[in-house]
Amino acid sequence: MRYLGLIVLLVALLIVSGAAYTVPETEQVIITQFGKPVGDAIDVPGLHFKVPFLQKVHRFEKRFLEWDAQPTELTTEDKRFIHVDTYARWQISDPLLFFQRLRNESGAQSRLDDVLEGETRNAIAKHNLVEVVRSSNREPDIDEDQLGAPATLEQIEYGRERIRQEILTNSQARTGDLGIEILDVQIKRINYVEEVRLRVYDRMIAERRRIAARFRSEGEGDAASIRGDLERDLKKIQSEAYRKAQEIVGKADAEATEIYAKAYNQSADSRRFYEFLKSMETLSSTTDESTSVLLSTEGEFYRYLNKSGR
Amino acid sequence: MAKTPTIVEFPKMPELPKLPAGGLRLILLAVIGVVLLFNSAYTIEPEEQGVILRFGKYTRTTDPGLHLKIPLVEQIRKVPVQRQLKQEFGFRTVRAGVQSQASRRGFEIESNMLTGDLNAAVVEWVVQYRIDDAREFLFKVREVEETLADMSEAVMRQVVGNRTVDEVLTSGRQQVADLVEDRLQVLCDQYENGVKIEQVVLQDVNPPEPVKPSFNEVNQAEQEKETKINQAQQRYNEVIFRATGEAEQTISNAEGYALDRVNRAKGEAARFESVFSEYRKAPEVTRQRIYLETMNDILPKMGNKMILDGNLDGVLPLLNLQDSALGKAVEKKE
Repeated sequence: MRYLGLIVLLVALLIVSGAAYTVPETEQVIITQFGKPVGDAIDVPGLHFKVPFLQKVHRFEKRFLEWDAQPTELTTEDKRFIHVDTYARWQISDPLLFFQRLRNESGAQSRLDDVLEGETRNAIAKHNLVEVVRSSNREPDIDEDQLGAPATLEQIEYGRERIRQEILTNSQARTGDLGIEILDVQIKRINYVEEVRLRVYDRMIAERRRIAARFRSEGEGDAASIRGDLERDLKKIQSEAYRKAQEIVGKADAEATEIYAKAYNQSADSRRFYEFLKSMETLSSTTDESTSVLLSTEGEFYRYLNKSGR
Repeated sequence: MAKTPTIVEFPKMPELPKLPAGGLRLILLAVIGVVLLFNSAYTIEPEEQGVILRFGKYTRTTDPGLHLKIPLVEQIRKVPVQRQLKQEFGFRTVRAGVQSQASRRGFEIESNMLTGDLNAAVVEWVVQYRIDDAREFLFKVREVEETLADMSEAVMRQVVGNRTVDEVLTSGRQQVADLVEDRLQVLCDQYENGVKIEQVVLQDVNPPEPVKPSFNEVNQAEQEKETKINQAQQRYNEVIFRATGEAEQTISNAEGYALDRVNRAKGEAARFESVFSEYRKAPEVTRQRIYLETMNDILPKMGNKMILDGNLDGVLPLLNLQDSALGKAVEKKE
């Protein structure tokens, strides 16, 4: 009789474990009976019960799920070859539909591959590269680039955001009846394909060389201009000083002349006297021991040799 | 799980006849009790939060300390909400420390990006973040960290893609970091991943490796330019300062001359005035006196003196003029 109790307990446990199931926060479930879905999807977390053995629990993620594209080589409208890597977020929005259409997550992933990669390809092919790279017609903060040209970015019509939105909307439309919802598509990476990249590098190198050459010639130019300033300023300083000195000298000469004239030119007498004085002075300043002199007794000085004075 | 051993143990009971049934039960109950106790008490470390699930359903969040939960029925997930986490892009720190070592190989794909002027740049950055909402972090998004890395790369490329390569490499660095931080937070909120972005730090921002030498060339050329200009400026300063000094000297000299000239004129005029006023009192005598005085003064100084009688003619040819200066002067005349 003791064993009977045990058996009953065992059976009861078996039934309970077949009937009870938990739904975690991260999952939603549907119940099938002989493969046929029963009732609505259950997304309330906690302990739930079903008919044991006959009904089966199918669990599905409730969280936002990831989808990551294989980096693919694409061509833009302006025939640039680029690698584009996108990712998307999606969610199982209708587990029942999802279960019917896609069965499981890997089925969903492969469908998402088709849809999202196709839509990305379409969107990229419709736009120029710059539209995919830039997101707005923002003006650069720097006024001019190092080549002295005003720094401008090519203007865009659509921009990254709108292209992204375009991919999202189109993909959503194509997956609407699959029980999934694509929440977001982002362009993770864009880069040139290898050969193009090398050409871009060459272009960048050429551009930098031009900038370097510009700096060098600017250096030469500015230095030459300073040297020019030097010549000009030097001449200016020197000539101005000369002019000023000449003015001062001239003025002084004029003043002196006026003073002399005023003193010597008082009368015929004063003029004659000045003449006489100046001759005497000159006589005295122009003779030295190498000077020879012939003195006639007829002269003023020695006339006393002949006659003792007048 | 603890119930299963109970079931398995029961059939073995008859094989242990020596033990009284009551004692065995006691031991069993004790074992179960200990197991349950260990299953119900838990500690939350200071940096963590505990999220309690009852049959998979969220019931509560607990803070650091010792807590109890219903054994078997409730489960705990511990989330380090206070710990600062980080993700690196374009490199990985191999060994952290005073001199951290970083590996870049294989991570170029994360850091190579296009700028708005369709040039290429290599941007390395770090995102520092914290789990802000443990519940959202656990239940809203699968693969939170991978997703965050994807988001971060998308946002960085969006921001860099809207700037010129010069902006990204130089003046716009901080702006890029700030903008990425803001937009990444917005995206986190949108995804409800429970993550708080603490900081986005731009590390090395470089032109691509093959282009680097030409960027260096630009820097070098800029230096050369500065040097040339400085040298010219220095020369300018030297010469102009000296010339200015010399100009001042020239003017001072002229001023000196002017003073000298005028003063002399004044002095001489004054002297003349004085002499002249005396002269006017006795003109003839004064003239005579001055003449004679001058002669008296100069005659002794002269080397060669000859006195000729005024009545004699034709003396001149007889004179030995060869070695006298006067002779030479006369010869020249002839």
